[in-house]
Order: sequence, then C-alpha cells, then structure tokens
Amino acid sequence: MIVIENLTKRHGSTPCVDGVNLTIAAGGVTSIIGPNGAGKSSLLSLIARLMDKDSGRVQVDGLDIDTTRSEVLARRLSILRQDNHISSRLTVRDLVGFGRYPWSQGRLTAQDRAKVEEAIGFLHLEDLADRFLDELSGGQRQRAHISMVLCQDTDYVMLDEPLNNLDMKHARNMMRLIRRAADELGKTVVLVLHDINFASWYSDHIVAMKAGRIVHAAPVAEIMQPDVLSSIYDMEIEVQEMDGKRIGLFYA
Amino acid sequence: MTRLTIGLCLVFALAGLSLFVGVTEIGPLDLLRGDVDAQQVQVLLASRVPRTLALVLAGASTAVAGMVMQMIVRNRFVEPSTAGTVESAMLGLLLITLFAPGLPLMAKMLVAAGFALAGTALFLRILRMVPLRDVLMVPLVGIMLGGVIGAVCTFIAYRWGLLASLGAWSMGDFSGVLRGRYELLWIAGALAVAAWFAADRLTLAAMGRDMSTNLGLNYRATVVIGLVIVSLVSATVLVSVGTIPFLGLIVPNIVSLRMGDNLRRAVPWVGITGAGFVLACDILGRTIREPYEIPIATMLGLIGSVVFLYLLLRTRHNAAA
Repeated sequence: MIVIENLTKRHGSTPCVDGVNLTIAAGGVTSIIGPNGAGKSSLLSLIARLMDKDSGRVQVDGLDIDTTRSEVLARRLSILRQDNHISSRLTVRDLVGFGRYPWSQGRLTAQDRAKVEEAIGFLHLEDLADRFLDELSGGQRQRAHISMVLCQDTDYVMLDEPLNNLDMKHARNMMRLIRRAADELGKTVVLVLHDINFASWYSDHIVAMKAGRIVHAAPVAEIMQPDVLSSIYDMEIEVQEMDGKRIGLFYA
Repeated sequence: MTRLTIGLCLVFALAGLSLFVGVTEIGPLDLLRGDVDAQQVQVLLASRVPRTLALVLAGASTAVAGMVMQMIVRNRFVEPSTAGTVESAMLGLLLITLFAPGLPLMAKMLVAAGFALAGTALFLRILRMVPLRDVLMVPLVGIMLGGVIGAVCTFIAYRWGLLASLGAWSMGDFSGVLRGRYELLWIAGALAVAAWFAADRLTLAAMGRDMSTNLGLNYRATVVIGLVIVSLVSATVLVSVGTIPFLGLIVPNIVSLRMGDNLRRAVPWVGITGAGFVLACDILGRTIREPYEIPIATMLGLIGSVVFLYLLLRTRHNAAA
C-alpha cells in the first residue's frame, strides 16, 4: 500500500503538486489521468524519490521514503520515466541485467540470470537480447526499459506514460502486458496515461488530477461517467458501454 | 576471455620490443645468454625498463580515465584534455612550482589533482547551467573552458619565466623517464584498477540520475568517485610525463564500438588498448628518425586527430541516417 499525505511540490511559487492525499492499495493497475500540467508525472517522481518534495509524507508498505535507504526502496518500488535517453552503448541484456542491481550490486548470481532471461522473455525480446540499444527502434527500446523495470522485481511498478512513441498495436500490447504483470506476477502497477480509454479498459482504479490536486480517485466505473470526465477535462465527453467496458467519446 | 589473453600477449610483445629499441644496442638473445656488459645492464634497468613500465601505466590509466570521464559527463567526446581537467592540473602545478618549489613530487601531484578536481567540477557545473542540444556542444564548452584556464597558465608562466616548464608539461614525452622519476605512475595504474572495481556503478551513473536513483545507487557519490579517479590520473600523468592528448578520447570510443559501454567488460580492453597504443606510438617515435626522438604527444596528436575526425564524421553520418 502506498500512502501519500499532504504532498506538495512547488516550481517557483506555483505548486505543481498541491497538498495531495492519496492511498494506492496493493495489487492491480491504477492509472493517473488528467489534462497537461496537472502534475501527474511530478506526483509519480515524488513518490519514487526522483524529485525532492517540499512537504508531506510518502510511505510505501509502511516505509517512509525520507528515512528508508535508497537501495532498500529500490527493492520495493521501481519507476520508469518517459524520456530515458541512454547515451552509452549497452546491450538489451546488459540493461535488463542492471535491473538486478538493487539485489546483487552488479554481481549477478545464477538466480539473477534466470530472472533476466525471464524478464526478456516476458517482453518477447529474446531475438534482440544481444543487440545494442542504439540499434533498436523507439518501441523496442521502450520494451527493453520495461523489461529492466520488471527484472528489478519490485512489488510496486510506476510507469510514466509507457505508451509514448508506441503505435496502436504496440500500445495495446504494452497495456495487455501491464495487465499480465499485475494479474500473473502480482505487481501493483501505477501508470500515468493520456488516453482515457486505455485507462478505462485496462485499469482497476483511476486517479484524476487537475492543477496539482486530486479531483477524483475511484474504481474505473465511477470515473468513466460523462459528468465526471467533462469536469476533469473541461470538455464534452460521451461515455458508451461495450462488452462491460466504458469508452469515452470526445472526437466530435 | 581468450581474446583478452591475445590482447595481453600483444601488449607484452610491444613492451618487450620497447626494451630493446634505443641508441644503446641491447639484444634480447645477448641478455638471455648473459652476454651484456655493465653499461648495457645499467641502461636497461635505469632507463628502458622504467620507460616501458611508464608507457604501460600511463597509457592504460589515461585511456581508462577518458572512459570514466565519458561515463560521468554522459558524452562520447569528452576526455580530461577537452574538459579543462588537464589545464586546471597544469595551473595547480604552475602555482606550486612558483610558491613552493621545494615540495616533494607527491605533494605537487596532489595539489595538481586538487586543481584538476575543481576545474572538472566547474565544467560539470557549467554543463548543468547551459542547455545543450547538440552532443558536440559539450566538448566545445570543455575546450573553451580549458582555453581560458590555459591562457591564465600562459600568462603566469610568461610573467615568471616558466614557459619552458609549461611547454614540457603540455607536450607528453617519455624520453626523460628514468628510474626514480616515474614511480608515481603506479598510483595511476592502481586508480585504473579502482575504476574497474567501480565499473557497475559508473555504468549505472552513465544511465542518468533518475535511472541510478531508481536502482538505489547514490548518484552524487558515484560521480564524485569518478571525478576523483579522473583528476588523480590526470595529475599523476601530467607531473610524470606530461599530457598525452587524444588517447582518452579515441581508445574508449574504439572499444565502445566493438564491445559497448558496460564498463565491467570494457575497462580491461580500454586499459590494454591504451597501453598498446602508447607503446606502439612511442616505439615508432623512437625509430622514425633515430637517434633522435619524436615526442609521444606529437605522434598521438597526428594519429589521434585523424581517428577523432573519423569518429566525429561517423557520428554525424549516423545522426543523419
């Protein structure tokens, strides 16, 4: 369980995350949605200690991120940001192997190697495992990064816009995989998503942010309502039900 | 592993060759038969062996320092001599020569290392303040910073009649290496080994602050470790034999093309290639116009600049593709 109390972060005088209180239960997929500049990515970075907060508290399974050693936290919670420009020439297997760093400090054991191969297989990267990252397409590289994060084998996985740069097919495959990671590997996945329909189709919970505050946090069905969505995005959004899933229509 | 052994054998062969090249004729077979006079033994022990060891140590450690620098700055085209590190070390050495010329070499080296550390930290600070869109901007900023610090050095040296010393420092040359005057380089060699021990951390740091933090690595501490290694190696090589240009740039780039940047795998190769490259250049410089010598800095400046240009054009080509 991730418990966030009164979390605030300012850039200059304007708060980008403004007194957020939120509890994310263990298990399942939670998507954070909201308009541009709502503070979604900042919230994720603050939870994962990549950014220093101004005030408030974050606890991951009872561990306060301020007082817990970084390497201990790295075995509980992993994060992948959206721009991961790696200038060094590493192979996919090298990169995924570094996911084991919190567990083995670089000295991979036989068990670590098995985990690496498992993570590579989970993302169907076997054929690319010995290629250098700079020889891959954007989508393949994205999969390699996700594979590294899964190899880190943490209970909590936070992904900041994992569908960035992916075409429709790869985006859908990525969401299916995230669902599988939650269902089969028992991960708690927290995502920042721009596409409300991907959020609706694949998540259990949706957290909606606007201007640094949380405006809604509820199971999918409660958020995917015309009035709720319209208030989040300041535009007319129709909602239709298909196969028990709710789809927002905002193209007209 | 076997290829690494072959590489090691090549370096040993070059080192062997280096022992028997020079004005005083010493043959390997004569040496084995014991058919050498006292003067030849003297030359071998006091000059040839120290020179060969110095070449290996300086070559390997300079190349490794270049690689470490590239990891910390996250840019392929920096090395201590394109980041203001070497010029800062020179400034330190110049000041200590002016104000405390009697200090032992070790103390002078440490002062130079302190200056090198400060200069490199300044470079990193400037990089953080300036938004850099192009990979080539980073070495350009470093070269400009080095130019400014170098100008200060020249001014001081000119004013107090030390231009000759400054010239010697900026022109790496192994012809003056004798027993008792190269031993500091063992420190540089030890630091290259230390870089290998820190290989995983340095590789992680090269993936950026966020990625390192996610994996539980103390990013700041790792950058500091890298900076200390780079500064100490630069200062040690500077006070022992002078600047060796381009080596820290081209060797890591060539190794990276073939092996990638996972330092655990790459560092031994960078060390071996650096040592081999310097040995080959020095042997060539000793033989081309015997009995005179061409300094290593000239040899490397020539070969290095050509290789550097090739690497630059290659990057441009890849970026366009």
